[in-house]
Amino acid sequence: MSIKIIKNGVLDTIQDPGRTGYRHLGINPGGVMDPLSAAIANALVGNSSREAVIEIHFPALSLLLQQDCMLAIAGADFSATLNGQPIPLMQPVIAAAGSKLQFGRLNTGARGYIAFREQLGIPLWLGSCSTHIKAQLGGWQGKALQKGDTIPFRYSFRYNSILPGNQPFTVLPWRTAPPVVDDTIAVLPGPEYDWMEEPAKKAFEQQVFTISTVADRMGFQLTEPIPFSAERQLLSSGTSFGTVQLLPGGKLIILMADHQVSGGYPRVAQVASGAQPALAQKQPGSKIKFRFCTMEYAEDLLLKQEQYVAVLQTACRYKLEPVINRT
Amino acid sequence: MPFAFPYSISPLGDTALVIMLENRMDIDLNKAIIALYHRLQQTLQDIIEDMVPGYCSLTVYYAPGKARIRKPEGISLFTYISSLVERNMPLVNNADETVTRLVRIPVCYEAEYAPDINTLAEAKSITPAKVTALHSAGTYIVYMIGFLPGFAYMGPVDERIALPRKTVPQPVQSGSVGIAGAQTGIYPFDSPGGWHIIGRTPVKMFDPAANPPVTLRAGDQIQFYPISRYEYQNY
Repeated sequence: MSIKIIKNGVLDTIQDPGRTGYRHLGINPGGVMDPLSAAIANALVGNSSREAVIEIHFPALSLLLQQDCMLAIAGADFSATLNGQPIPLMQPVIAAAGSKLQFGRLNTGARGYIAFREQLGIPLWLGSCSTHIKAQLGGWQGKALQKGDTIPFRYSFRYNSILPGNQPFTVLPWRTAPPVVDDTIAVLPGPEYDWMEEPAKKAFEQQVFTISTVADRMGFQLTEPIPFSAERQLLSSGTSFGTVQLLPGGKLIILMADHQVSGGYPRVAQVASGAQPALAQKQPGSKIKFRFCTMEYAEDLLLKQEQYVAVLQTACRYKLEPVINRT
Repeated sequence: MPFAFPYSISPLGDTALVIMLENRMDIDLNKAIIALYHRLQQTLQDIIEDMVPGYCSLTVYYAPGKARIRKPEGISLFTYISSLVERNMPLVNNADETVTRLVRIPVCYEAEYAPDINTLAEAKSITPAKVTALHSAGTYIVYMIGFLPGFAYMGPVDERIALPRKTVPQPVQSGSVGIAGAQTGIYPFDSPGGWHIIGRTPVKMFDPAANPPVTLRAGDQIQFYPISRYEYQNY
């Protein structure tokens, strides 16, 4: 059995944590923009963090659930409903076959993640389910999800005991607190940090930047330039999710999940891995401020998020055990 | 024996680091990078997730979860991985030529597939035929793969056909062979691009059915040979 897309969204793709091990061939890892929210959605339904999820942007798709299933949504709040009834984020929901999952208003955030206990039957390309739009490979037929696409589930479970009679859905009575979102973005100095002169360094740290409308899965361009005249050129060198590049005119661009593997712009800073989830939830027009942190702080921030997910996974698996039976 | 060139190691955030040599396009520097890449691939494969060998830099992406288990208390992961890299630097075999392959690639340089060959020839005051002859006479090294999946940065091209890239990128067809400065490259996909297109190859630089889907590797040696329009179409 399966789910069916019954209305197109603006950009909804199948993603997982990404495709590693192929950067030397120019193949970027891609993957979810907000790995923490995707991991939370997966954990809530008892999945590992590697499981494929649907990443939605606003306005988002509508889904017809063609079998009983358990789902969880985390990340952006786009007012999710099942058959018109609001359902909470960050809480597992069991939905009856024939239910429609729809999204209404944009409340907070920029990217939502839908995970299913039944797990999406997506073939791996180079070890990952992530959609590689440029290569038209990975994910669901290498493309954004379209009306009419029918994605099979890998498993089915019986929820009879908790989905009684004609009740369309049940919200399971446990939830997790959303991780705190910090408005300043923790960054580390990049390899070419010293290519900035003092006024540029000062502006980088003190300026409030606006995320421009040139903000997508490849990168976020910031509106306000900093003082910079490019006199040197960097020979193309490796980049990463969160690399802050300084363009010749002084504009900054933060590379996001679908960034190119290498680039020739100076890498003046790098967003701490643990700060990327919060950054990924910023809409164009949002204001951000950078804050330099130590390596110890950055490593610890990531470790704490991984530990949070690990604890959540264990707790949810324990709670799910008596609730579900695989058929 | 110490590593042949001065280098520095800087963090690229909390899950990657960059080993930088002098920022200069140079075959010897690039060879040292590729030799280092092979060395780290063999010795640190269990904690390194990915690497990008560049012209004169090597970016190393590590898996924090796997590295944490081994890391001594009290130092950062970055310090730990840096020390592992440092330990490997003197053991890099700069003379390692065993991995070098020679790959011959057919190119049709006829006007239909070479929208910029006349402009380039004019700018360099030579004939298009001379451009073809010079481009296909050289043996090039793949400095790195980047930009697009399977895009190989190669060079150096003969000075007589070297021309800075266009200021405004234009749509480029997949398979197009271009020149930018002293570099030559092949577009694996249709893409906007600023390189001067002087021909097209029927060989797929990115083949989704293959695993891995990219044929060329950093360090490969490349020769181009001219083919006719007929040969291109029936390749």
